[in-house]
Amino acid sequence: MTALTDDTLPVTPRAIRDEMIVFVVMALLLASVPFTGVYPFFVMQALCFALLACAFNLLIGYGGLLSFGHAMFLGTAGYCSAHALKVWALPPELGILVGIAGAFVLSLITGYISIRRQGIYFSMITLALSQLLYFIYLQAPFTHGEDGIQGIPQGHMFGVFDLSKPTVLYYVVLVGFLAGFLLIFRIINSPFGEVLKAIRENEPRAISLGYRTDQYKFLAFVLSGTLAGFAGSLKVFVAQNASLTDVHWSMSGEVVLMTLVGGLGTVFGPVVGAFVIIAMQQYLAGFGQWVTVIQGSIFVICVLTFRRGVIGEIAHYFRRSL
Amino acid sequence: MADEFILETEGLTKEFAGFFAVRDVALKVRRGSIHALIGPNGAGKTTCFNLLTKFLKPSAGKILYKGQDITAMAPADVARMGLVRSFQISAVFPHLTAQENVRVALQRQHGSSFDFWRSKSVLNVFNDRARELLNDVGLSEFANTPAVEMPYGRKRALEIATTLALDPEMMLLDEPMAGMGHEDIDKIAALIKRISAKYTILMVEHNLSVVANLSDIITVLTRGQVLAQGHYSELTKDERVKEAYLGAGHA
Ligand SMILES: Nc1ncnc2c1ncn2[C@@H]1O[C@H](COP(=O)(O)OP(=O)(O)OP(=O)(O)O)[C@@H](O)[C@H]1O
Ligand SMILES: [Mg+2]
Repeated sequence: MTALTDDTLPVTPRAIRDEMIVFVVMALLLASVPFTGVYPFFVMQALCFALLACAFNLLIGYGGLLSFGHAMFLGTAGYCSAHALKVWALPPELGILVGIAGAFVLSLITGYISIRRQGIYFSMITLALSQLLYFIYLQAPFTHGEDGIQGIPQGHMFGVFDLSKPTVLYYVVLVGFLAGFLLIFRIINSPFGEVLKAIRENEPRAISLGYRTDQYKFLAFVLSGTLAGFAGSLKVFVAQNASLTDVHWSMSGEVVLMTLVGGLGTVFGPVVGAFVIIAMQQYLAGFGQWVTVIQGSIFVICVLTFRRGVIGEIAHYFRRSL
Repeated sequence: MADEFILETEGLTKEFAGFFAVRDVALKVRRGSIHALIGPNGAGKTTCFNLLTKFLKPSAGKILYKGQDITAMAPADVARMGLVRSFQISAVFPHLTAQENVRVALQRQHGSSFDFWRSKSVLNVFNDRARELLNDVGLSEFANTPAVEMPYGRKRALEIATTLALDPEMMLLDEPMAGMGHEDIDKIAALIKRISAKYTILMVEHNLSVVANLSDIITVLTRGQVLAQGHYSELTKDERVKEAYLGAGHA
């Protein structure tokens, strides 16, 4: 997958400042959504996918590892949260924690199995594991198979914020997204992030400098999987259900698509990509099955004409890292 | 004697599906020396390096480093013991600046390399040392240049600076001057000479005048086996060496 990440720009202190400015603009824009008349449900959904795509991007864009099974973290966290909220009647904040914990444990196990594989073998193993999990969830009683877990109570966050109010829910989801985004941003610009980039750029060289690279890749995998789980937990409050769609392989594919459209290995690309794809699904819903075809065509056009993705091309044009 | 020889191999062999790339090699590298490994293309020099640094598993044989058997060790752990290699194809981190390249090497010993919650500004404590190392190899003006934009010869120098950052005991250099112009060759040769005061160096090099000037001892490898060993002056008189070289050169 190195060819895909070849064009990333070096991150200079200047770039970090640029990125912080863009972050503030993004946060302000998103915070003003409830005052604009834009359908908040759509934005909340997009924010969950944006966080998922950012988590995925942490692994491929900075760790060079292409996971084809990231939906398993989204879906697992969703089921765990939904179960905790509905059956155990836990408050929202604990429901989210249970979901994150579920994704964390899953990423420990799947990471342990897959991380030593190289290139396409890694991708195939993650795909196989997510398929395995799909069939388990299809059969397991607590997921209610094809029906999924429905009618999840939203409750009061920290006993104060009434999540059944759309505006309150919106800001809770937004804060969750921004927190997740900032954590990823920090990871990318941490001492660990430096090593991760070095491994992506030249793994044999990193090994020859004494880095046990599998351990770094494993940590990146666990962080990515856990953050993807956080996205899944937030999504439960938005959709008020947890279903098989979220663990299906096509969901894993969609995350890849979002990240590529927005710009692999860019900080803001996955967010833009997620909004583009979710908006498309929203507005093209009338075309029924054709959505998939249109989506596929856009993907092909994207890869052929602006293969750096929306943000990647902009960053390249201005010689900035975004 | 572990004290006299920093690295020794016994019967080192690597077989690729019936083909012996390295066969029964006994190598002894004297501590503090510049030891050259030469031989025609495909002789097994790089494979030898891969075996010594554990990037490849030997099919047979034993490797002793500082008297310790490292035959079963992982490559990263061998590097941690101070046996550090460079690569035949320039190995830098292309999208990191020269200074960041060196810093990646410096930060490992510091132990903060798993800290994903801290700002990388904690790595700034290594900037001075990184600059020093870049100065040493004549790269001060490239400190903030991404490695990918540096000329080829400078990349090789950057590789050496990165290796030196680990403060290794022994360096394995695989054709450090391949593809360089005269001026760069002289610079790197001078650099190697200078650092050899502190480190043991095992190097593969095709440029025989460089080898003649730099090395204390030379091992000639052909078809995976040691053909001869000695000082340059002795080897030039050796008929078998001449034949191996000319034979390969004319093929
Ligand atoms: N992974 C491998 N699988 C099969 N054969 C290999 C492998 N690696 C090397 N060889 C073979 O082993 C032989 C020795 O290769 P090696 O790269 O060690 O030569 P070298 O002495 O470094 O040559 P050069 O001077 O061209 O760098 C070659 O014939 C090569 O084709
Ligand atoms: Mg070679």
